[in-house]
Amino acid sequence: MGEAGGSGPAVLVEGLTKSFGSVRALRGIDLAVARGRVLGLLGPNGSGKTTTVRILTTLLEPDGGRATVEGLDVVRHAVAVRRIIGLANQQAAVDETLTGRENLELAGRLYHLGRREARRRAAELLERLELAEAANRPAKTYSGGMRRRLDLGASLVAHPRVLFLDEPTTGLDPRSRADIWEIIRDLVADGTTLLLTTQYLEEADNLADEIAVIDHGQVIASGTPDQLKDRIGWDVVEFRVTQREQLDLAIEAVRPLATARAEVDPRSGAVTVPVGSAGSDALVDAVRRLDGAGVEISDLALHRPSLDNVFLALTGHAAQDEAPAPKRGRGRKTYAASTKEA
Amino acid sequence: MSTAAPALLGGLETPSLASRARWAVSDAAALTRRNLVHLYRVPALIVFTAIQPVMFTLLFRYVFGGAIHTGAGAYVDFLIPGIIVQTASFASFGTAVGLAQELSAGVIERFRSMPIARSAVLVGRLASDTLRILLTVLILLAVGYGVGFRIQTGAGQTIAMILLSVGFGLAISTVSAFVGLAVKDPESVQSFAMIWLFPLTFASGVFVPVQTMPHWLADFARNNPVTLFAEAARALSIGTPAGDSIWLSVVWMVAIVAVFVPLAVRAYRRAG
Repeated sequence: MGEAGGSGPAVLVEGLTKSFGSVRALRGIDLAVARGRVLGLLGPNGSGKTTTVRILTTLLEPDGGRATVEGLDVVRHAVAVRRIIGLANQQAAVDETLTGRENLELAGRLYHLGRREARRRAAELLERLELAEAANRPAKTYSGGMRRRLDLGASLVAHPRVLFLDEPTTGLDPRSRADIWEIIRDLVADGTTLLLTTQYLEEADNLADEIAVIDHGQVIASGTPDQLKDRIGWDVVEFRVTQREQLDLAIEAVRPLATARAEVDPRSGAVTVPVGSAGSDALVDAVRRLDGAGVEISDLALHRPSLDNVFLALTGHAAQDEAPAPKRGRGRKTYAASTKEA
Repeated sequence: MSTAAPALLGGLETPSLASRARWAVSDAAALTRRNLVHLYRVPALIVFTAIQPVMFTLLFRYVFGGAIHTGAGAYVDFLIPGIIVQTASFASFGTAVGLAQELSAGVIERFRSMPIARSAVLVGRLASDTLRILLTVLILLAVGYGVGFRIQTGAGQTIAMILLSVGFGLAISTVSAFVGLAVKDPESVQSFAMIWLFPLTFASGVFVPVQTMPHWLADFARNNPVTLFAEAARALSIGTPAGDSIWLSVVWMVAIVAVFVPLAVRAYRRAG
């Protein structure tokens, strides 16, 4: 959209640092998000995700490094940046006394859309966010998912070129989460650049073109979800041997593929073979070899590692076992990561 | 790298002073309107602001009043103008609590990420709180009439007394706005407001003549702006000698606003 920003990345972050007292929240973050792409900033509580978003949305000034949004420096051109971004933070900051419609109209007025346009845009968004029926009810009567959709709507009012969503589904039930994902996918299809933070590994996997894994204020890995999975090489071929007496034969047949010892469950006949990052090549190879040896199998599958595995491999600790967020001087809730939905 | 920015602004350059001023007004108006909707839909906001002063009025009129001697005139005529001034200042709690609540709910963070004037949230809050303070003052005046208070001056002076009381409440609201944005936690803000406003309004000439206090306290009370405002309110409503109280009150009002509005704006920019 528009000429601003030229051909550079929509979001560029170089060597960003920020400390709160003695807590070094960011220790040199580098990021780039190409226009129209989705970057998932993935990390546990207190890793520096929210601090990064707050700097990019002009709420906080960095100690060092620089950041631009559509080519505009977030410190020197903060006012201009505010006109082209949208932010929905993890608190769902809706006005509970106002109705859904009034919330969106107010946002429209504050983005200087003009009365008529603010009204039109609010109606359009209520429709799109499936809040039209509840539009004239005070937001305090809304469910958690509806509130979050309304909050998302407020960030979309002025057609932002770059949207920042800080943990958009934290605390939501799976159904509401799926709704939000659907809306986000629509937005991205319209060409909005999106930077989203999440501690749900599944969420990053589902929505992001690229993922930056952040821990202790540093980006410790980045790439597409597949690249990250390749990088740690935890692909696994699984199959079941239908006739138990062929188990040994089967294990012998796939031994050349295995990067580590295959696991066998003698009761069910299930065999699990780690194949590094060979992925589908290993799958095809396994079929050939088992066929060649005359082994009858069923339930053949290739499992790529979940991002849980990725996180564990990269950081040496699980995503949800992180210490609580550093003190922020106010009651920001910390939620435990739920990573078991996949 | 740094040379690129102006060319890239493409229609996003800093707007002219005139359009910024226009936006500052329209942003503040939009937020004032929102706060008034709150006031209309949650009448408890006014009821709770008024309930405590009404209780004080009844308490001092009927329980303590008989034992307090203020020289000439009835105690109720001494009491009501003072209590109206105290009420106006207590009404500023709402300013602090309201801002702190919006801060902790993330609403102010959302506003700060929007292209709105830095003053708008504060101006909108103070504008709607002025109306809230005015309503509370009028309620107190009505209650005062119910318990025997009678205005003994003209309509112009009565209006001046109401404006002065509301002005004092507004000035104290700027202090409250700063406290609310600096302290941030709604409950702490509430107790903090009690800690400084309670002694300030009681160690004054609101309820009793200052000369009945021990010397050290009388000295404090005499120089307490609340005493000045109470004296000015009495002068304007029951015609007691004004002395310097009226113009000094106005000076205090302007001074408080001049100090605390910039402090509050700064706290807003750093909020969160």
